[in-house]
Amino acid sequence: MLPSLADILVVGGGKAGSQLTASLRDEGFEGTIAIVGEEPLHPYDRPPLSKEYLGMGDVGGLLLRAEHFYLDSAIDIETATRIVSFDTAKHVATRSDGSEITYGELVLATGARPRKLRIPGADSEGVSPLRSVEDADRLKAILTARSDLVVIGGGFVGLEVAATAAISYGCKVTVMEALPRLLSRTALPETAAHIQRFHEALGVDVLLGAQAAEILSDNGRVTAVVTTEGQVIPADGVVYGIGVEPRVELAEAAGIEVANGVLVDSTLHSSADGVWAIGDCCAFPSVHFGGSVRLESVQNATDQARHLAGELFSGVRSAYTAVPWFWSDQGELHLQSVGLTGTFDSTVVIGDADSGSFTVLAFHDGRLLGGDSVNAPGDHLALKRLLGSDSQAGLTATVAGGAGFTLKDFARQARLAKEALSRSA
Amino acid sequence: MASTINGERISVLEDKCIGAGNCVDAAEKYFDQDDDTAKVVLLRDVVEPGDGDSVRRAVNVCPVAAILLNSSGA
Repeated sequence: MLPSLADILVVGGGKAGSQLTASLRDEGFEGTIAIVGEEPLHPYDRPPLSKEYLGMGDVGGLLLRAEHFYLDSAIDIETATRIVSFDTAKHVATRSDGSEITYGELVLATGARPRKLRIPGADSEGVSPLRSVEDADRLKAILTARSDLVVIGGGFVGLEVAATAAISYGCKVTVMEALPRLLSRTALPETAAHIQRFHEALGVDVLLGAQAAEILSDNGRVTAVVTTEGQVIPADGVVYGIGVEPRVELAEAAGIEVANGVLVDSTLHSSADGVWAIGDCCAFPSVHFGGSVRLESVQNATDQARHLAGELFSGVRSAYTAVPWFWSDQGELHLQSVGLTGTFDSTVVIGDADSGSFTVLAFHDGRLLGGDSVNAPGDHLALKRLLGSDSQAGLTATVAGGAGFTLKDFARQARLAKEALSRSA
Repeated sequence: MASTINGERISVLEDKCIGAGNCVDAAEKYFDQDDDTAKVVLLRDVVEPGDGDSVRRAVNVCPVAAILLNSSGA
């Protein structure tokens, strides 16, 4: 029988929800915990869906935690189950079968869904986003036939699929990006230019400023994509990655403030008493952004979950301030980014882009915002440590542009200086 | 909740590791990060008495489930 009580009810069985429950038990929380998720699988890892899993992986390798973990940890988990509403005054949530569950605290970890492609023919067979295991399995079948693939959207998901399709399956791949460059929302221009060259070297056609106007089909199955310029690109399969939309309907219906996500304060608490939000669905005030932001990343889901577990266990509210970071693997190209660099006004490249291993630093008014490291994990680690420190150790564009500058040496010296200071204090 | 895991053996899946560093925060006696690759470096692979909680926390905070615990002799 489904439980009718939970001290902590987590709505959404993804990375954030799973991490929250594990961290609550790590903290020593002894109350009842329930996770309710719509997907049939236990919580699984999404990043491999466009990479290893799409290449050759199996479902077993995707699970974040073995199924028995939840039983062993006394975490009640309900898969393939939907919460359809909740009452913030009564602290009662209702499942789709009408049964009710009374909660102490409710955590929204409902994630996001792919933004729909709204052009004629978008519902043809062989046209799909990539978000779930089902999407990946469908795409695998298309790629196995070594088909012509058109990717709509030059973001992380689209480019990862493009690389996997070209390398692991030998498909002919075309990437269409509506904006003048790839990854305009998530990577710096120098990084994006390098990634474009990398894809072109794989034989991927990259079309910039190209928008899909229509999808042609034969007997309901996709045959081509027509651009707004009238170009016809043959396609046996189409994958679109044009962004995601936070799943906020449940919160909205409960009267909770939503904008681009469930609005929370710096402690991740929503506008309703006892209701919190974490992960892809949550819009939170970020000290690294200087305003409300919604992030779609493993780091964000994991760190917000850990932070909230600490708050719920201790009963003491505190601000979430973790430094955001991201990664993307595209074949042999490994991109790691740290910080939110969207507002940059200058950049400094460290290393040589032609060598395939370099880092781009982003600054605003001389202040370091973060940077992208391509096949330079040591730089990424050093940068992450610098951004995590209060002062950023005074790393300016002038310092970074100096001859012989390396992030590793700079970070090491900054650490030594800090240790010396704390010894003398 | 705390179960005894003394004597259990720790292993890491280096291919999976994304260099988050969460394990180092949780149990720095057991985990470090390589300065060049950012990948996890296992400093000792057998859980010592009294360290069970911190090692289990490291396992549970890895965002990609790259740290494994196996009972010795199992």
